[in-house]
Amino acid sequence: MRVAHHPILGDLPKLRETKIQVDGKQIPAVAGEPIAAALAAAGIRVHRYTAQRSEPRGIFCAIGQCTDCAMTVNGIPNVRTCITPVVDGMVVETQHGSGQGNPR
Amino acid sequence: MRAVDLAVVGAGPAGLTTAIEGAKRGCVTVVVDRNPKPGGQLIKQIHKFFGSREHQAGTRGVNIAQRLFREAQALGVTLMLGWDAYDIKPGRLEVVRTSFVELTSDRPAVPFRGATKTESINAEKIVLATGAEENAIHFDGWTLPGVMGAGAAQTMINVWRVLPGNRVLMVGSGNVGLIVTYQLLQAGAGVAAIVEAANKIGGYGVHAAKVRRAGVPILTTHTVVEARGDSRVTGAVIAQLDTSWNPVPGSEKTFDVDTICVATGLRPNTRLASLAGCQLSSSPVLGGWVPIHNNRLETTVSGIYVAGDVSGIEEASTALEEGRLAGISAASSLGKKGACDEEEIRTIDERLCNLRGGPFCQPIQDAKQELVKIGESACPKE
Repeated sequence: MRVAHHPILGDLPKLRETKIQVDGKQIPAVAGEPIAAALAAAGIRVHRYTAQRSEPRGIFCAIGQCTDCAMTVNGIPNVRTCITPVVDGMVVETQHGSGQGNPR
Repeated sequence: MRAVDLAVVGAGPAGLTTAIEGAKRGCVTVVVDRNPKPGGQLIKQIHKFFGSREHQAGTRGVNIAQRLFREAQALGVTLMLGWDAYDIKPGRLEVVRTSFVELTSDRPAVPFRGATKTESINAEKIVLATGAEENAIHFDGWTLPGVMGAGAAQTMINVWRVLPGNRVLMVGSGNVGLIVTYQLLQAGAGVAAIVEAANKIGGYGVHAAKVRRAGVPILTTHTVVEARGDSRVTGAVIAQLDTSWNPVPGSEKTFDVDTICVATGLRPNTRLASLAGCQLSSSPVLGGWVPIHNNRLETTVSGIYVAGDVSGIEEASTALEEGRLAGISAASSLGKKGACDEEEIRTIDERLCNLRGGPFCQPIQDAKQELVKIGESACPKE
């Protein structure tokens, strides 16, 4: 959910909306925001599954340190979605393990 | 290949003031930061700072970041945003692009096409202003999506204006836990409770009073014992702790939350300092392992300096001062001196001393002095 109104920051300014594709589905996003923000706004929590035990992982540090939020973006695995800004038409996929098995 | 006098890693309060002081003295300066926006963690701090006027009391962190960014830009500092420093040797920094877009300044991002791009930066002096990492605590389910650092939630709501969840349990009642709780409420989330393992609230009374007035209970001698859920958090179990910090059987309570924020302290982000071979020293008061440095912030590796939280967890106000000191020191050792460097250094030292003088901060002052004492013999001499 987006924070539309805020007592300190004011109303959300009109943003340049775009769409990205996540696991085959189009979701709304704001150009320049991190991919992770668009996913959170769309209620998507699971970013990847671990290699050995297939455990789900999501946002943990949100500033590019921990790599928990890594996904496959435009075919490139292990992209930290919390520090990678949205570009029109990006293709984002839930990553499984090292991402080598993700469809290209 | 890029050749500069001064390379700074981290565009937070310490990194930006380092760059500003370096550039003022004529250093060709570059700042590298993996994040798309400059300002480090200042950009998520929408509350007003405490302290005295010279430490920006009454100003919101996000506004300080903007001001420093503009000042650095006006001085000709090159800001490489969306670049990650992945290797370091004395005199040389290796960086890799983290984004798919060009991020250089206030201009809108331009898509970057092509494969991963790396660059080498030859730098006479390197200042590591790499900040801190959030500590985690381990409990059943702690890796589930929905368990995150309190700072992570703060970034999502205040910088990107997205709620990471709707109903939150906050773990830890230090200033971060208290402030982020209040800011989650401001952003429209619900906070079920704050749990605090110690028997008293960790942060300032004024912050605790605010969240209590807003109706959030602060449960001392309680901690989280389990995050419930299969693929995401759907609940949190807390328990009371006995005097040996063990959960009291039968004291468990379950909260209907979708997010658990962990605010259990910070530790210095010393990864690059370690890679560079800087000697570290352990100091619980400073947050863990910290690079040994002398009173001019040079580490045990000649030409590599530290400033801000990487050299001990403190506040943004001390990071701003340490950055200035590191910038002046690095420039001065390159023979690029300002008209009154000695006086400025004296003023900075005094301000740092004042900032560390309060009852909360005296142990930090002592720990820093201890570190510098080790540094005076372990660090290279001019």
